[in-house]
Amino acid sequence: MTNDPTPMLHATGISKFFPGTIALDDVEITLNRGEIHALLGENGAGKSTLIKCLTGVYRRDGGEITLDGKHVNPQSTNHSQILGIGTVYQEVNLLPNLTVAENLHLGRQPMYGPFVARRAMNAAAKKSLLEFGIDIDPAQPLSDYPVAIQQIVAIARAVEMSGKVLILDEPTASLDLDEVKLLFSVIRQLKARGIAVVFITHFLDQVFEICDRATVLRNGQVVGTRELNQVSQTDIISLMLGRQLEARLQEPKPKSSGTLLLQIKELGKSGMLAPFNLNIHKGEVVGLAGLLGSGRTETANLIFGAVKADFGQLKLHNKHIQINNPRDAVAHGFALCPEDRKTEGIVGDLSVRENIILALQARQGWLRPISRRKVDEIAQHYVRTLDIRLANLEMPIRLLSGGNQQKVLLARWLATDPDFLILDEPTRGIDIGAHSEIIALIGQLQKDGMALLVASSEMEELVTYANRVIVLRDHKQVGELTGAEITSNNIIRAIAAETEHEGIA
Amino acid sequence: MISYNFFKRIMPQMIILGVVLFLNLLVFPDFFVIEFQNGRLFGNVIDVLNRGAPTALLCIGMTLVIATKGIDLSVGAVMAIAGATAASLVVDGHYWLTAVIGALTVGAICGLWNGFLVAILRIQPIVATLVLMVAGRGVAQLITEGTILTFLDEGLIHLGAGTVFGIPTPVLIWIFLGGLAAFFVRRTALGMLIESIGINEASSRLAGINSRILLICVYVVSGICAAVAGVIVAADIQGADANNAGLWLELDAILAVVIGGNSLLGGRFSIVASLLGAIIIQSVNSLILLSGMPPEFNLVIKALLILAILVIQSPRVGHLIYIMRASSPPIKSDPLTPAKESNR
Repeated sequence: MTNDPTPMLHATGISKFFPGTIALDDVEITLNRGEIHALLGENGAGKSTLIKCLTGVYRRDGGEITLDGKHVNPQSTNHSQILGIGTVYQEVNLLPNLTVAENLHLGRQPMYGPFVARRAMNAAAKKSLLEFGIDIDPAQPLSDYPVAIQQIVAIARAVEMSGKVLILDEPTASLDLDEVKLLFSVIRQLKARGIAVVFITHFLDQVFEICDRATVLRNGQVVGTRELNQVSQTDIISLMLGRQLEARLQEPKPKSSGTLLLQIKELGKSGMLAPFNLNIHKGEVVGLAGLLGSGRTETANLIFGAVKADFGQLKLHNKHIQINNPRDAVAHGFALCPEDRKTEGIVGDLSVRENIILALQARQGWLRPISRRKVDEIAQHYVRTLDIRLANLEMPIRLLSGGNQQKVLLARWLATDPDFLILDEPTRGIDIGAHSEIIALIGQLQKDGMALLVASSEMEELVTYANRVIVLRDHKQVGELTGAEITSNNIIRAIAAETEHEGIA
Repeated sequence: MISYNFFKRIMPQMIILGVVLFLNLLVFPDFFVIEFQNGRLFGNVIDVLNRGAPTALLCIGMTLVIATKGIDLSVGAVMAIAGATAASLVVDGHYWLTAVIGALTVGAICGLWNGFLVAILRIQPIVATLVLMVAGRGVAQLITEGTILTFLDEGLIHLGAGTVFGIPTPVLIWIFLGGLAAFFVRRTALGMLIESIGINEASSRLAGINSRILLICVYVVSGICAAVAGVIVAADIQGADANNAGLWLELDAILAVVIGGNSLLGGRFSIVASLLGAIIIQSVNSLILLSGMPPEFNLVIKALLILAILVIQSPRVGHLIYIMRASSPPIKSDPLTPAKESNR
């Protein structure tokens, strides 16, 4: 490890704006020499945007980057590699049909006149991989080796080309335990060489195992940088999920009216979600909490029939119903605003008017078109009540901001007058104004007697509107909080319970 | 229903057609002359409309298929199958209307097959329809037993070579079917739902649209349109030629849809614009013929003309035109962000 006290990389005031959203807001991050630094945050927190700004994929809208004491301004991935910042992504972007040595030396092969000095290249590759403790034949095609080895070849290539900062984006996502160990030994060697490593992952255990410090992002802002030997997993989780609204006085939530609407019995799908039971009443908001990949979206999709369940029963108004696809669900008065608005929600090139009417029209069937006058009436009604900002109803929905797109999707479902509305991350990636409007709308719909199931990664949001919160972990329901139990702290504790336990053991 | 937007949509095709027709007039001053002889209209314009019938019919179905982000390469082969079916039925002594219904049924079955591969098995449309494109001519040959099956049935021949009120029957058929289809998809919600699937099938499915059935439907419509075209072609030459009927016409149909300004990536479509595209292609053919060029130039010149049309319609050139227009007068409104938004 080097003793040079100046940081390897120091970035301040990094900002990045996308139409309608602030992706990064005045972000500061410092990477020391020989440090493994975790970059944490839920999806959409700005991790990948930050990486892309640091490596020149995106042009940042503000901020300065100092690398090894010098101001730098990376313009492209290539440029940042030359400067000394290398990146390895989860899906290895090497050429599987070339040999390991060729992959390592692509674009800078040792030459022998006009020919590639193959033997020298293989020897060099063998040597550099041995340094990482890997003894393989570099003359074999890369695809002959498991993903972990490919990952390490990618790292070796990045380190040889750059050698100051190495960014690892979800490197362990597709590796098994032994492979992770192998990768970690390589990362520790890089640390010993004085390279600053950025480690992005969703696995907190791994973060605590290998990282020195962690920077947590939320909504495009740095919410904290911590020395990991001084904090617990619970601290980090609460940083990631946030609880700054804790102090705010809580309005008393309207009581649910009590009539049972939907009974879910042992609904599940193997490999996706363990069977669960859930009863939902009219005028009730049930929250789904859990970390990314815990099964929130899967729960919503199974109930709505977007993914067909393997087993389980649904009873609506005490009558058995069968839901095989979203069409069935819509016919029974269900509605779902999906998590991924862009790929599963909006129909980008259709007009706002058509997007609003789509679900109602689909339910009526194509033979009974809704008259233009009626369509305009419905569309204008929702534009007014949901305060959707647009130039006119004819414009394609893709031109709207994230928040307005979300409101159009809500309008699409409200137009079908649903009994049961499922919202998956209704406030992700939308601006603060629309954010609070949507939360207010959830409260309003509940008062009107609608049953809602809301999956959200924002604890304080759930605390604001949910009558009950179901906590999910590892594709299982692990807890339920009701009434006064619903606080950010309790939710975080329920999510962290098991991981914490393992951490101590 | 005929609105300002409709005219705006088909304006580029109208202009191109006008230019090509004008070129026709330049090389052949009598181009627009129409005469009435022996109870039938004669003239180059009538010829263009008549000869363009098969492509026009194909591009009705092709437009719908392409709107769903698909493509139907099998239409040429389906034409051959349908022609062979109709011919063999009348040769066997069936009434001509029975033969036509039989041919259309076969076309619908072909479409059902394509739809099954695409919508149920989820095979990529270009591959799925390639199967029938290759196999279809074989099927047609089996039906005609390897010969050119000729017939003399007056009723069937009328569909290809006859006239109604002096107008060639094929012209009436494609204009009627094209108009019907265009009217139908816009008067029902079908057009919007098809566009929705083509733009984003995942979203559409989650919105409760039965995308499978709709996908199968568009391929069936395409098969039926191809069958009509096949019957007309067979009736015109009074025989079913399994090898040559509709050969390469699927490419002309796709081209017509593209000239009609419909994106191969699916989504927004206009059947009327596609039909104009088909007539533009036929007008180009006529132009080459009338110009008296040696026939060996034909394909090259056609390619050049169509390249020119496509370049004019390309997004790059379109953007340039947009920039040129936008930069001259002051821009009136800011469409995206009303002032209110920034106050928050």
